[in-house]
Amino acid sequence: MSFLPYAVAAWLFGIGIYGVATSRNLIHLVVCLTVVQSGTYVLLLAIGYVGAGKAPIFADIPSNSTVVDPVVQTLTLTDVVVEATVVALLLALAMQAHKRFGTLNPDDLGAMRS
Amino acid sequence: MALVVWGFTGLPDFGHYKGDYGRLLAKVAVPERKATDVVVSTTFDYRGFDTLGEEMILFTAVLGLVVLLRELRGEQEEEEEADDNKEGEAGREHRTSDALRIFGLGLVGPTVLLGVYIVTHGTLTPGGGFQGGVILATALLIVYLAGRYAAMRKVSPIPLLEAGEASGATAFALFGLGGLIIAGVYMKNFIDPGTKGSLLSGGFIPLLNIAVGLEVAGAFSLAFQEFLDQTILLRSPGGGE
Amino acid sequence: MIEAFQIVALVLVAASGTAVVLVRDPLRQAVVVSFYGSLLAGLFFAFQAPDVALSQIVIGSVGVPLMLLMTIAKIRKREGGREGDE
Repeated sequence: MSFLPYAVAAWLFGIGIYGVATSRNLIHLVVCLTVVQSGTYVLLLAIGYVGAGKAPIFADIPSNSTVVDPVVQTLTLTDVVVEATVVALLLALAMQAHKRFGTLNPDDLGAMRS
Repeated sequence: MALVVWGFTGLPDFGHYKGDYGRLLAKVAVPERKATDVVVSTTFDYRGFDTLGEEMILFTAVLGLVVLLRELRGEQEEEEEADDNKEGEAGREHRTSDALRIFGLGLVGPTVLLGVYIVTHGTLTPGGGFQGGVILATALLIVYLAGRYAAMRKVSPIPLLEAGEASGATAFALFGLGGLIIAGVYMKNFIDPGTKGSLLSGGFIPLLNIAVGLEVAGAFSLAFQEFLDQTILLRSPGGGE
Repeated sequence: MIEAFQIVALVLVAASGTAVVLVRDPLRQAVVVSFYGSLLAGLFFAFQAPDVALSQIVIGSVGVPLMLLMTIAKIRKREGGREGDE
């Protein structure tokens, strides 16, 4: 069963890409992109997990106990915050697209421009 | 596809990660920096330069969002003057019940307190500038949910939010410069780490947390505010402006 | 090596991630993605990452769905106004 976390990460990535590719709505597309990104969180945290390790916070555990890797958690933390800003910016762009073209369907955007 | 599978087989078995960097940090961080939360001391100290980059991403993204949405707003206000008449239905003003309003306003204080607590205790327990900052930003949204849009506009002066965001980002960069001047290395921790477990332990980590909290709170309130402006202005033209 | 709680959390996250993609209506999707964000936070707790879980709670289950809802409200309003004009 030790491949399960990686399988879930790959699954989230794949299903997210599928959603982005088949999306008929820009807002739906943005949400699918967050699913793709959450695949990377699961992958990072799964790599850094140490069996029976504790969270790397030494407030109330002895300083020589086994802990999970703090570096990947830092990377994931950055990732999560970046996701929020990416979503905000993309939604603003979707609003602009709707304003300009009157539709949220990515297929129609090219047609309107020509 | 085969390449992906091949790549996945190269990963360490789940639960058997042997990253030297992470293990070294887990061992060294507490004695060196006296901050009990190693994730936070990694984010703000050992990998502080990455976080500076992330701050800049946040700052630029919100700047882009504000530019995009404000341009949209200017166009709409012109349109709305042309067709004001169809806004007559029910006034579109948000009316909330008294119970909701009192409950909501009662929630604002604890939410702000929780946000500040999470920001300042980042070095000791899980939390930090990012998490606390977003909580502070949601306090503003509770004001909107409980009361009315106009009330929210009154308590959230946009220039102050912008100043908060910018000064948070600047403070972070300046702390980095402080490291360069005092200790000779950019982003080097130049304040005495103090004793383990005390609120001000970890050298400049708590100060960086506050700077980041300020920036994140400013950035997210600004983003929420701009999105709300978009939603509300179509409902009640001129409301709160 | 892997604990039962982690297996449950992983399976739930995979299932709800699939649900997020398959729900095509943005309004329903906003609700589902909020649920998904909370489950993901639970998974991070199971992986001993409380810092990441906290930021996932505030961003994934509050921040992102709120921005989605506001965008949807805006676009619905505009479409309503446009139909009224024509």
